Amino acid sequence: MKRYVIIGNGIAAAGCIEGIRSVDGSGEITVISEEKHGVYCRPLISYYLEGKTDLERIRYRNADFYERMSCRVLYGRKAVRIRHDRHEAELDDGSAVGYDAVCLATGAAPFVPEYEGLDTVPRRFTFTSLDDALALEKAVGPSSRVLILGAGLIGLKCAEGLSGRAGEVTVCNRSPRILSSILDEESADTVRRHMEKNGIRFMLGETVSRFEKDRAVMSGGDTVGFDVLVTALGVRPEISLLEGTGAQTGRGALTDARMETSAAGVYAAGDCTESEDVSSGRKRVMAILPNAYMQGHAAGVNMAGGSEVFEKALPMNSMGLFGLHVMTAGSYEGETYTEKTEESFKRLFISDGLLKGFIIIGGCERAGIYTAMIREKTPIASVDFEMLKKTASTAAYPPQMRRKMFGGVV
Amino acid sequence: MKRIYVNEEWCLGCHLCEYNCAFANSGLSDMALALKGKPIFPRIRVEDGEKISYAVSCRHCTDPICVKSCIAGALSKDGDTVRIDGNRCVGCFTCVLVCPYGALAPGENGVMRKCELCLDNACGEPACVKGCPNRAIVYEQRGEA
Ligand SMILES: Cc1cc2nc3c(=O)[nH]c(=O)nc-3n(C[C@H](O)[C@H](O)[C@H](O)COP(=O)(O)OP(=O)(O)OC[C@H]3O[C@@H](n4cnc5c(N)ncnc54)[C@H](O)[C@@H]3O)c2cc1C
Repeated sequence: MKRYVIIGNGIAAAGCIEGIRSVDGSGEITVISEEKHGVYCRPLISYYLEGKTDLERIRYRNADFYERMSCRVLYGRKAVRIRHDRHEAELDDGSAVGYDAVCLATGAAPFVPEYEGLDTVPRRFTFTSLDDALALEKAVGPSSRVLILGAGLIGLKCAEGLSGRAGEVTVCNRSPRILSSILDEESADTVRRHMEKNGIRFMLGETVSRFEKDRAVMSGGDTVGFDVLVTALGVRPEISLLEGTGAQTGRGALTDARMETSAAGVYAAGDCTESEDVSSGRKRVMAILPNAYMQGHAAGVNMAGGSEVFEKALPMNSMGLFGLHVMTAGSYEGETYTEKTEESFKRLFISDGLLKGFIIIGGCERAGIYTAMIREKTPIASVDFEMLKKTASTAAYPPQMRRKMFGGVV
Repeated sequence: MKRIYVNEEWCLGCHLCEYNCAFANSGLSDMALALKGKPIFPRIRVEDGEKISYAVSCRHCTDPICVKSCIAGALSKDGDTVRIDGNRCVGCFTCVLVCPYGALAPGENGVMRKCELCLDNACGEPACVKGCPNRAIVYEQRGEA
């Protein structure tokens, strides 16, 4: 009987379990779960604070998931080393679990830079886990002044999640642009204005030079008082366990399309990996849930002796912020096509005769048609792009292509 | 499996399927009460091109990218059918971002609604198919799986 070990118990792990079980119904699966919870929807922790989900509904799979998949889960245990020479994962209690194939599904950990005086702040949090959300739920009350460092996806979702609970929420960001990794200047402005209308305060283009308990002294000299501090300055792939295994790493774990690292038998999936962005051809960390699930699934199938590849990785995101939907995909290179109103924004990026990326705020209907064009590298010359750029519709596809797609008679 | 297919040559672009769908999923027994003077949220939509029109609803993909992408664990495959649990959906639109057919759209309360082949409603068979005046929409098994 084959022995599988999965390190981490997030989305990639869930995909891996389902992937293994689609091939091997009886092998022994052990999941090492640092968190004491079964797999939950990490992106929903801000929705939890808003009261839009609860501890039951936030589960990614039903409560009987591990039983149904006959997995052993070691809750509250952390893997500290992979002894690949012995095919064992060593745990923080000194025990070891043997494997025939192991999957690193450790995700990405919040990155907290060193700030002078940070350790004098009594109530400081990160925002990447359910326990973080539960702790913030306790710490934040109607009179709390919350300061969030970082205006990326996590920082802004945290601001939204806390806005109904806290007295005031201020987001401070080094870059003058919010969501700077996925928005350009104009689109970022649209989102910022919308958030400001909903009561979020921004301090942009500023950094904290030091903390003094409940005050942040800013680079410009101002001081900001706060009761609760959240650092949301990005996440880093958690790949330290690959040291000594022979597996190659960049910023994240490097794998082939089967999700196996250069160390045979060691697989990696999810936020801890780096893969090639199909829209730009460049390697990057794409820390998003769809990739984590699909990579995990592919890893699981291959670990169990089946065959599945994960290709066509694409950075993409869809998020709501106070009711405004922000969708982005691909890379922002080449010529642009832009439509703008007071509340909506759409910009398509076109290069080499291909749609490369888009930013859509507001009217997001059927945006998946654009996403598919980027992913499948559909030449824009093969479709009625004049029509398509205005409205995402398969009606702009030539009949042959559309009928094939919809299974109709050609 | 059986799927809903549309013959674009026969589709009149009358949008009746949208009304039949919205009515079948309204839970009400009076069509006027269910639809009159209200915005409707059908799970099938007619695409009007310059020369053609045809209705689009969920393809119930064999390997559905929406299910794999759902950040709320709300979409799942139940046998051959892609289902949504409206109680778990938070309306993030990730499924809209990934569906290559443009087959998902939000319902009245902001959570996603999609074609579930009228399995749970009183119609018992796809209402769009049943009510299509020109039989352009059919529910049948074709060549592929
Ligand atoms: C607030 C927030 C909002 C987000 N919103 C979105 C969104 O809208 N759309 C989207 O696509 N993505 C979103 N994401 C990202 C998404 O959550 C991740 O891409 C996804 O969770 C990655 O899955 P994973 O399994 O790779 O890692 P994770 O889900 O992070 O799971 C990794 C697990 O491994 C555990 N672990 C790490 N090291 C060890 C060890 N040595 N031993 C044992 N266990 C270990 C960790 O504790 C963790 O539980 C969001 C993330 C956050 C935090």
